[in-house]
Amino acid sequence: MLQIHCPYCNETREEEEFTYGGEAHITRPLDPESLSDAEWGDYLFFRKNPRGLHHEMWNHAAGCRKYFNVTRNTVSYEILESYPMGAKPSVTAETGDKN
Amino acid sequence: MDKYSLFNLFNHARNYHENWQRAWRNPTPKKVYDVVIVGGGAHGLATAYYLAKVHGITNVAVVEKGYLGGGNTARNTTIIRSNYLWDEAAQLYEFALKLWEDMSQDLNFNVMFSQRGVLNLGHSLQDMRDIERRVNANRLNGIDGEVLQTNEIQDLVPLLNCSPDARYPVLGASWQPRGGTARHDAVAWGYARAADAMGVDLLQQTEVTGIRRSNGEVVGVETNNGFIGARKVACVTAGNSGVMAAMVGLRLPIESRPLQALVSEPLKPCLDTVVMSNAVHGYISQSDKGDLVVGAGVDAYNGYGQRGSFNVIEHTVQAICELFPAFSRVRMNRQWGGIVDTCPDACPIVSKTSVKGLYFNCGWGTGGFKSTPGSGYVFAHTVANDNPHPMAAPFNIDRFSSGALIDEHGAAGVAH
Ligand SMILES: Cc1cc2nc3c(=O)[nH]c(=O)nc-3n(C[C@H](O)[C@H](O)[C@H](O)COP(=O)(O)OP(=O)(O)OC[C@H]3O[C@@H](n4cnc5c(N)ncnc54)[C@H](O)[C@@H]3O)c2cc1C
Ligand SMILES: [Zn+2]
Repeated sequence: MLQIHCPYCNETREEEEFTYGGEAHITRPLDPESLSDAEWGDYLFFRKNPRGLHHEMWNHAAGCRKYFNVTRNTVSYEILESYPMGAKPSVTAETGDKN
Repeated sequence: MDKYSLFNLFNHARNYHENWQRAWRNPTPKKVYDVVIVGGGAHGLATAYYLAKVHGITNVAVVEKGYLGGGNTARNTTIIRSNYLWDEAAQLYEFALKLWEDMSQDLNFNVMFSQRGVLNLGHSLQDMRDIERRVNANRLNGIDGEVLQTNEIQDLVPLLNCSPDARYPVLGASWQPRGGTARHDAVAWGYARAADAMGVDLLQQTEVTGIRRSNGEVVGVETNNGFIGARKVACVTAGNSGVMAAMVGLRLPIESRPLQALVSEPLKPCLDTVVMSNAVHGYISQSDKGDLVVGAGVDAYNGYGQRGSFNVIEHTVQAICELFPAFSRVRMNRQWGGIVDTCPDACPIVSKTSVKGLYFNCGWGTGGFKSTPGSGYVFAHTVANDNPHPMAAPFNIDRFSSGALIDEHGAAGVAH
């Protein structure tokens, strides 16, 4: 069972209070009409699905009901940080798993 | 190959069964193969078998990082059925079901395929409408199916709680009598032995760490045991497919998630069919050994940890106890997880890629065991001819840009 920290409630709660929102930092194309089918399909369906550090969205469904981001290791399931929407992660695959 | 037969059983009995030939060789890798198949699960092994048998391509290696069939093949709950809604999927899964019916003869290996029938329960009026629609679609596609009423279900499965005051009353079910289960390990071993006999090299404990290209074309794979040359590379790596694609800078419309199952201590025979329920999300059968085999849901989030969330198991066990109150005292023996490759439309990807000589067969997600022979058959054709088999064509990766998705979330609604 994951223990997830909600940056808005500032509380660490069990995973059952949250729903998963998938890969984070995917920006919706500003002008969808100008995209090719391949580009639009890529935006909709194709994902990094990494084995290792993953930036992902979670929704605090049974709490404040807000979305936020989490950096989590998909192998060890260790959660390295939670940060609000719009913010940038401080731990990335490039900066490395600090632990 | 030492044939398995009554005659040979008798013959070997005279030597106390000490001289049986090993089921497959443990070869040293050749310098270069016509096809290197990455992933020694049942799908990869079936691909090798049909490449050799149907297409005469025997200079083939199956490269497996662990042991043969140790991935999802060994972890699945072995439910086999073909009652998918859409024509494209129905055709492929039914083709596979027909191959299952002859598999033990074809491979000379008892895969313990048992057509004990599969029930999909309906608990609401909408469930029943969906069931009627799916059964009708199946029958139009030549797939056996019936809609059963509650009393008929009770006759088939006496232990199932069919009382009207159950929390989720059973209003009816779809019934596919030709569905059932098979022995998962035997499927991997049977294909492995038969492929090896035709000259396919099975390279275990060999992990592919890179895919080498020259002028944009595949030339081989890097492994922990050195470079292995290949004219074509076919990835059949289930939950690890995203990692394989990243080796050549591609992404896939796939997310990898743990799916769990659990088995009980062995019991006397008490359940002689397969019972599944989308609505309460549980599925159960009894193995020939006597243990109840229970499948859980897929985790809500991506993971490669081969273990799943406890709340998912808890939810499934609640559903099973609700359906079968008599099982509430059964002790569970083991629980495990496998990493499934889930696709947005709950259908597989059997496809060429933008890299010449590189092919993917993945995205079978929570329900690919049933398709093992069909998947291997159409993928072997696709790789051998560098052109999709007509049955595989709709499952091309292009559908994620053309929009021609094949939405099987209904038929695959419960992970199985
Ligand atoms: C709990 C559970 C229950 C299920 N129940 C059912 C069911 O009832 N019915 C059904 O039809 N389906 C079911 N499934 C789904 C089914 O198990 C899979 O779809 C199917 O087994 C996939 O077969 P495969 O050969 O493609 O994958 P796998 O058996 O996972 O084989 C892939 C292989 O690739 C190897 N590999 C990966 N990366 C590398 C690398 N870099 N180098 C070398 N080797 C590599 C792995 O070690 C693995 O052995 C279930 C799955 C799970 C987890
Ligand atoms: Zn919150």
